[in-house]
Amino acid sequence: MNSIVCISQVPDTEARIRIGSDGKSIDEAGVKFIVSPYDEYALEEAIKLKEAKGGDVTVLTFGPDRAAQALRESLARGATKAVHIKGDLAGVDSLGIARVLAAAIGQLEYDILFLGKLGVGTDNALVGPMLAELLDLPQLNVVTHLEVGEGKVTAHREVEGAEEIIEASLPAVVTAQKGLNEPRYASLKGIMAAKKVPIDTKSIADLGLDEGEIRGQRMTVVKMELPPEKAAGKKIDGGDPAAAAKQILDYIRDEAKAL
Amino acid sequence: MANVLVICEIKDGKLKKASREALSIGRKIAEAAGGELQAAVLGASASSLAEEAGKFGAKTLFAAGDASLDQYETESWTAAAKAAVEAASPGVVLLGATAAGRDLAPRLAARLGVGVASDVDRLEWDGGKLKARRPVYSGKAFATVQMEAEPAIATLRPNAFPAEEAGGGAAAVKEVSFQAPASKAKVAEVKSTTGGELTIAEADIIVSGGRGLKEADNYKVIRELAQALGGAVGASRATVDAGWIDHQHQVGQTGRVVSPNLYIAAGISGAIQHLAGMSSSKHIVAINKDAEAPIFRIADLGVVGDLFTILPALTEEVKKAKGA
Repeated sequence: MNSIVCISQVPDTEARIRIGSDGKSIDEAGVKFIVSPYDEYALEEAIKLKEAKGGDVTVLTFGPDRAAQALRESLARGATKAVHIKGDLAGVDSLGIARVLAAAIGQLEYDILFLGKLGVGTDNALVGPMLAELLDLPQLNVVTHLEVGEGKVTAHREVEGAEEIIEASLPAVVTAQKGLNEPRYASLKGIMAAKKVPIDTKSIADLGLDEGEIRGQRMTVVKMELPPEKAAGKKIDGGDPAAAAKQILDYIRDEAKAL
Repeated sequence: MANVLVICEIKDGKLKKASREALSIGRKIAEAAGGELQAAVLGASASSLAEEAGKFGAKTLFAAGDASLDQYETESWTAAAKAAVEAASPGVVLLGATAAGRDLAPRLAARLGVGVASDVDRLEWDGGKLKARRPVYSGKAFATVQMEAEPAIATLRPNAFPAEEAGGGAAAVKEVSFQAPASKAKVAEVKSTTGGELTIAEADIIVSGGRGLKEADNYKVIRELAQALGGAVGASRATVDAGWIDHQHQVGQTGRVVSPNLYIAAGISGAIQHLAGMSSSKHIVAINKDAEAPIFRIADLGVVGDLFTILPALTEEVKKAKGA
């Protein structure tokens, strides 16, 4: 059972966001980059599958030089192969990313594809289903539980107030939601072993893709801004619970008009 | 001139709230673009929604009236939605950012070779193009994107656009025929997980609890207030990670970004990831023992005190006020 896990490297969720000088992007200076948290669930599921059924776990990413670090971290956790499509992400939209990944995946062998349900930061949640469409595969999106059988897969998917149980044929695209598993940490042995695994690095041109198909065609970011500063609200002492409750009630009724 | 097509969802025989919200902003975009508002409705009862869609300003309803579409499934809905788009040839396609909308929009966009602005909270028609503002970095910043390809597709964050009736007559129904695909994925079962409780994604009111609750059982003070207010129960990451409550209640980065009318945070200090996920709420009340808690920086009303005495008193006040 061979898995491919598509990962993305994103700013740390603890990072303070500053706007770049062009007013259309964030300032990356001093920002620490991490593997997108949902991708960790995707990777863990693939590693568990390898442990149960054998096969390879290939981690694949599209991004600049720094993205190689995300691949190294994933190898240290238990991925067995790594592919880095090296390229600048500026002006690339989700369909552009999906096209790059689809082209790279076309050169690999796989039974199942994993991604996080979204890349934390850009928060688009688009690449998984787009990739499934480009590869003409079924998609199992926002998955909290997965069972892989012979040529088929059953997934629990989170929807509003309910859970859908979906059955699909393999190969399939699975996007991971929090709760799917508990991602492991890298062991020292894993970190050492990961250093010996070569990363297969390619360019967009190596994949036979034209830059025009992936960049700036369908949508452009015209502005990036911070949320407006909120005026400080009222702060009261809740030492007398009954009086505090009354004040909150007045606020809920008169200001929020929520009663 | 551009028409606006809203791909709608049905719940209990009516349009879902997210679909009514999409129609309402869709009507304004259509007016600005000199076009018409259109609805696409999928499922056996599709044409029966013509009246309701008309009330929200839809002139035409493209109905894929096939019972195989009653349950949302990616592949059949993508085929039907694409047929509706071809029949309507809109400049803009809108969907609610619901579980189905988020699953369908990217698949449809890839099939059409166009982009998607996801989870949008502001939309405008400017110089012949759709401009969409969307929270990024879980609300720590906003990106405005200009859609260059047609149709421009956007999914709309629940509660960001008010649902407003326009008082129109029933929409004219046009049947859409589509080729049902041999789906590779089928929904075998749908299980309710909230027992009918409201979900944080859709709720107008959210009452959230954090580490200050001390233990799982104490979520009952949160639940009781949420129930009295008719709201949903939210949670901080710490309490979800501790196993006190299910992840679907989690607000913030790695949870859900929400913007309800009223957000009550009790025992939540306000980690940056949590604040990012709820700071766009319209009215924020915070109750915390620690007067220095970061949550007070964004609260409209902050109460420094003990949630275990204040919340039950508030629940009683709410019940009294509602009974009156």
